[in-house]
Formats: sequence, C-alpha cells, structure tokens
Amino acid sequence: MTPETDLALDAVWRIEAPKLIAGLTRIVRDIGRAEELAQDAFVAALTQWPREGVPRNPGAWLMTTAKRRAIDLVRREASRERKTEELGRDVADAPAGDGFDAVDAEIGDDLLRMMFVVCHPILPAEARVALTLRLLGSLTAGEIARAFLVPEPTIAQRIVRAKRTLAEARVPFELPPVAERAPRLRSVLESIYLIFNEGYAATAGEDVLRPELVEDAMRLGRVLAGLMPEEPEVHGLVALMEIQASRMGARVGPSGEPILLNDQDRGRWNHLLIRRGLAALERAERLGGTLGTYTLQAAIGACHARAGTFAQTDWGRIAALYDALAQLAPTPVVRLNRAVAIGMAYGPQEALELVDALRDEPTLRAYHLLPSVRGDLLFKLDRRTEARVEFERAASLAHNARDQKYLLERAAACRF
Amino acid sequence: MKIISIFTIPPANAGAPGQDEIERMGAYITELRGRGVLIDTGGRDNDMFEKIMSRRDGKTTATDGPFTEAKEIVGGYALMDVRDVDEATVLTERFLDIIGTGTCHLHEVGPTPF
Repeated sequence: MTPETDLALDAVWRIEAPKLIAGLTRIVRDIGRAEELAQDAFVAALTQWPREGVPRNPGAWLMTTAKRRAIDLVRREASRERKTEELGRDVADAPAGDGFDAVDAEIGDDLLRMMFVVCHPILPAEARVALTLRLLGSLTAGEIARAFLVPEPTIAQRIVRAKRTLAEARVPFELPPVAERAPRLRSVLESIYLIFNEGYAATAGEDVLRPELVEDAMRLGRVLAGLMPEEPEVHGLVALMEIQASRMGARVGPSGEPILLNDQDRGRWNHLLIRRGLAALERAERLGGTLGTYTLQAAIGACHARAGTFAQTDWGRIAALYDALAQLAPTPVVRLNRAVAIGMAYGPQEALELVDALRDEPTLRAYHLLPSVRGDLLFKLDRRTEARVEFERAASLAHNARDQKYLLERAAACRF
Repeated sequence: MKIISIFTIPPANAGAPGQDEIERMGAYITELRGRGVLIDTGGRDNDMFEKIMSRRDGKTTATDGPFTEAKEIVGGYALMDVRDVDEATVLTERFLDIIGTGTCHLHEVGPTPF
C-alpha cells in the first residue's frame, strides 16, 4: 500500500496491541506471555508487510497470526503436560482464520476482562496505573516514566512486578463474579481517574497540566463506557473527566500560573467537552439508582459548567451534592470541599466552623488546600493577619511551584 | 492530540453508498468509538447547504452553493483524539480503504489563541 503506512507501523502496534494482548491472554492465561506473543506477531509483520504489502485490516492479520502461534504454544505445552482437556477448550475458544469482525463482541469482552485484571485490587494503585497505561494505553515504560516524572527503571520494574503478582495469585482472566463486581469496578475507575488527575493536577514539577495523560485517561474512559454501557458510574467518570477537561484551556494563565475557577474566562471553556460531559452525566442519571461518587462529582462540575458567570453558580445545589457525596465518601478532602461550597452558599462564618473541625485531621496535616481555604475564609471575614499566616503556611506545603507563587501573592495581598 | 479530518470525494462518486459500504463503515465507526478515538463525526449529502464567505480589504463576499463545478465535494468529517499523527494516518488509511475513492485532509487542531 502507501509508503505512509509503512512508516506508521509503530502506530499500528499502539492501536492494535490492547486487543491483541487481551485476546491472547484468554488463550495462554498469562498477561506477560500474551504480551510477548503479541510482540512476536508484530515482528512477523515487520518482515512480511514491507515485502507483501500491508493487509487491509492490519489488526485482523496480527490477531490471526498471533492466535495461531498461541494455540501452537498451548498445544505443545499441553502435549508435554498431557493437559488435553484444557487444550480442547482453549482451541475451541480461538476463532479460526480471519473471522475477525464476527468475533468483535468477544474481543470487547477480552478487553474488559483485561481492564479488570490489570486493575485488580491486589496490585497497589501505582502498579495498576502503570500496567493500565502499558497494556491498555500501549505506552512504553519510558513514556510512562516521563509522564509520572519517575526514572524509567522504576516503571519497568513496577510493570514486571505487577505481572508477576497477577500470575502468582492466579488471577483468573474473567469478569469478576457478581459479589466482587462493585469493588472491582471501583478499582478500575479509580485507576483511570488517577491517570487523569496525574495529568490534570500534576502533583510534581513545574507543569500544572500534562495533557497527554488527561487524553489517555479520557480515551480509556470512553473505551470502558463502550464496554459497560449499563454501569452508571462509568458514565459518571467519563462525565467528570470531560467536564473537568473542558476547563483546561482556562485553568492556566499566559505565564503558566494557575487560574482559579472564579477568575476563569468561561469563554475559554471547551463547550464541545461540556456538552459531551453533560450528555454522559445524563446517561449516568438515567440509568438510575443512587448516584455514585463519580456521578456526584460530575454533577457538581456540571453546576459550574452550566453557570454563565461565577456569580450565577448555584452554590445551594453544589452544597447539597457535596452533602450527598460526604455521605458516600466522608473523606477529609470531600468535607473540605463541602465547607467551601457551604461558604459560598451560606457565608464564610459557617464554612470556617466546618473547616476548623478538620484542622486536626491527620490526612490533611500536609495538605496545602486546608490552610489555603481557611486563609480565603478569614480574608473574606476581614481577619487579614490570620489569613496571611494561613496563606504562608499553604505556600510552604504546596508541591507545585506555581501554586506556591499564587499563595504567596495572596499572603502579600493581606497586608493592604 | 486532536486531528480533524475533512473528507472530500469527486462528485461522480457522491450518491448513496452501497449496502456493503454502509455495513463496513458502520462497523468501523463503532470500532473507532469503542477505541475512544472518535470524538465526533458527520457526513453530508451534496444537496445540503453550502456557502463560501470571505473577507478581503474590508469587504465580505459570499458565494452560495452548490458548487457544481467543484472537482471535489465535502462528504464528511471526523474529529479524532489520537496519541500522534501516525495513529491518525493508520486510522484514516482504513477509512479510505472502505470508502474506495476520496481524499482526507488531516489537520491538527488545538486550543484557540483567543
């Protein structure tokens, strides 16, 4: 075919690898071996395609080639170990020839199984995130390392260890049974949202945003929503990410400084993403049941998205949504955000009492937003000396150089 | 990165697609949505509204379509969210294979400076 395609073989790999690895894992029952088999098929393509031309459906070619090898491998091992019974099942499972399109639903199931396996709660969150980006996002260890600002060997090791943990625990390649379904899904959603947040609220370094990770997470969310259209919280997470991402263009000023919600130019919000987010939120709400934590957070984001100006924000509704969220997830951070909303809806004094109740919370001891919020409330109450102390404290706790600068500016403003 | 693909076809190839093409393209669009890369897509028939407006030397000129003499007509567009240009190339190649004859103009788009 065209020379362009010959140059884009890496892209073919990135596009096709998740499905390939998922489909192969069903046959060989081990994600690490499945990945190797997928790579072997790709190497075969690298030698064959330039000679014979790129097939019309490169994914189908790779899948057929790789499955043939996987079945050979299972067959050889089975005859060695005489596990003929198992062999019968696996070979019957494998689609023959180029029946790629016919088994698309099955490939979707494999992909979903793989999502559940790589996000298994036995893995620590950082391992889940690395494995998800590696196997479902087709990122190299180097790319993941750069995105998370950690050395490449750390990520490579994390991935190897995670695969070993899954193999040793014999985590079955199947959808979780009904009893485990809710916590397992939570683990998948949490992993995707961690990726999103790492890009959206960069925890370290000079950059406030790392948009590639945001986009990776949103793609994964959309894939999951396609695979589990009946799960409200999946749509809730997609809605939350779309709505948050819609503000990316307005969150950072010309010299890279963070711009808080009330100062953002709403004309710079991405209204395509807002519309998509509101549509996903509607799907989540329509599916019924008690709204989950992601859906509630998306609903809060939607209140901001619907408000034409900061002054038009429906803080009463936001406070009510935070009440519901604090019921489901009474974490200190949620309680802090609830206090902010109540402050906006009912005045800073009431909010200050709620914030003060959080001051001894051990998990918030090093969290810069607690003194930052407290400083803001004190400032509004015209208790400026106390406000300045809080902003300075917040600045000393902030990890991000730009947040630090912003907080010191607010501290300085308390002197006037 | 976001890439918009504007798809044009020679007028002779306009008209309703065959059953085979409808099925293959339908499956492909579903696949792209499933991969999370297709943000939005739309098609157009040749009898849909078309107009060219331009501004030069402080003066706006407008030309109403349809532009029957055009060599290529716009058949549709796709807005993709891909990791890099190569992914867009590979995905577009498969689109063109299903369409048979036509041209895709791929443009990276980002936030506006305004």
